[in-house]
Amino acid sequence: MQSNSYRHIITLIKKDLLLEIRQQYTFYGVLLYVASTIFVVYLTMGEPEETVWNALFWVIQLFVCVNAVAKSFLQDSKGRMLYYYSIAGARDYILSKLIFNALLMMSMTLLSLFVFTMLLGNPLINIFQFIGISLLGALGLSFIFTFLAAIAAKAQQQAALMAIMGFPIIIPQLLLLGKIAKSAFSSVVQAGLWQMVLLLVGLDLLIILLAIILFPFLWKD
Amino acid sequence: MIRKNWWKLLCFALLMYTCIMGFMVKIPVLDGRMQQSIRNLFFHVPMWFAMQTLFCISVFYAVRFLRSQNPVDDYYSLEFARTGLVFGILGIVTGAIWANYQWGKPWSGDPKQNGAAIALLIYMAYFVLRGSMNDLDKRSRISAVYNIFAFAMLFPTIWILPRLTESLHPGGQGSEGNPALNPNDTSPEMEMVFLPAIIGWILLSLWITSLRIRLRIITEKKLAHE
Repeated sequence: MQSNSYRHIITLIKKDLLLEIRQQYTFYGVLLYVASTIFVVYLTMGEPEETVWNALFWVIQLFVCVNAVAKSFLQDSKGRMLYYYSIAGARDYILSKLIFNALLMMSMTLLSLFVFTMLLGNPLINIFQFIGISLLGALGLSFIFTFLAAIAAKAQQQAALMAIMGFPIIIPQLLLLGKIAKSAFSSVVQAGLWQMVLLLVGLDLLIILLAIILFPFLWKD
Repeated sequence: MIRKNWWKLLCFALLMYTCIMGFMVKIPVLDGRMQQSIRNLFFHVPMWFAMQTLFCISVFYAVRFLRSQNPVDDYYSLEFARTGLVFGILGIVTGAIWANYQWGKPWSGDPKQNGAAIALLIYMAYFVLRGSMNDLDKRSRISAVYNIFAFAMLFPTIWILPRLTESLHPGGQGSEGNPALNPNDTSPEMEMVFLPAIIGWILLSLWITSLRIRLRIITEKKLAHE
């Protein structure tokens, strides 16, 4: 049973990846979104200070995440959902979505970090630390919005509801991320850094747990 | 317990005591800080206790609904969230009045003010989500799921995060006490009013909610018969 559900998850992720490669819609769409947003920021403010840089980075991550993840439950029609249900089950399905969106979001974050440093200058001192933090942030953002996209997909009104439900929930995480990320701009070690990182990791684990427990209730119609 | 009278009488007595003693009790003189405005402790802080109690009960009934699929559990969850939201708004307003005298302006972007505002936004989104669906069964199920998820995301962060950051409230980094109050600023006489105040306000919130739940059950029954 264990290896069976493992296989199901891998297959579902492969299917999502394949769809992505065939259609090349989400990836390039979001990529263009990232590039044009950052370009607009660059045209309006040039090279911002480091606090502004940090704040802009996380705000843009938030919008990228909403755009990238919101689509994930829209593609699958009702009939296809029923098909997945009969072959894989709700838990495998949500896990595959979580993993796929995390991968998507992490690559988006790395790309936008690259574009950021190209256009808006590079105020980072500990660049590897910042990459680690942004990957952790991408993980948390994608998990939360995957689950909220699942809720919004059931409530039909995708985009508006995602923003209404998601933004208040994500604020505490974004605040934490912004705080942790500050440590990458100076060589001074921040007090309580590991505490906050642990809190974030704990939150991510909590989201996965809740998604596994709660998604079956969303799924059945 | 809901149908018994004793706790309603107790609630009335405690709140009368709070409202009288809250203005009479002798307060400590704190080198120019606080002064008489510290009496707001008996009104502002219990609002948050009531709100958190109600939200916890709301989540409890959301979990119960998912297990039982009984619509009554959903009404409980909904009404507890609604009254909780009202008490949250009261908490923000009483806090803003206090802050206006104490810190010079009603809103100073303090971590706890922001946390409270986030909590209110999340529970308002809960009502928007409920309003967006027409199918009754689906509405109850999905909003229960959101209720649990939002609770799990919100409360760890508002219990832990404000303790890590600098704050004008007590209980932040560098300031003493816990988020509810600073023990150094209160006297034993004040605590004799503060505890009854907390219990009194929580009982009042439960009373209001129980009335609303009964109203809702009657309304739904009537609608079902038509």
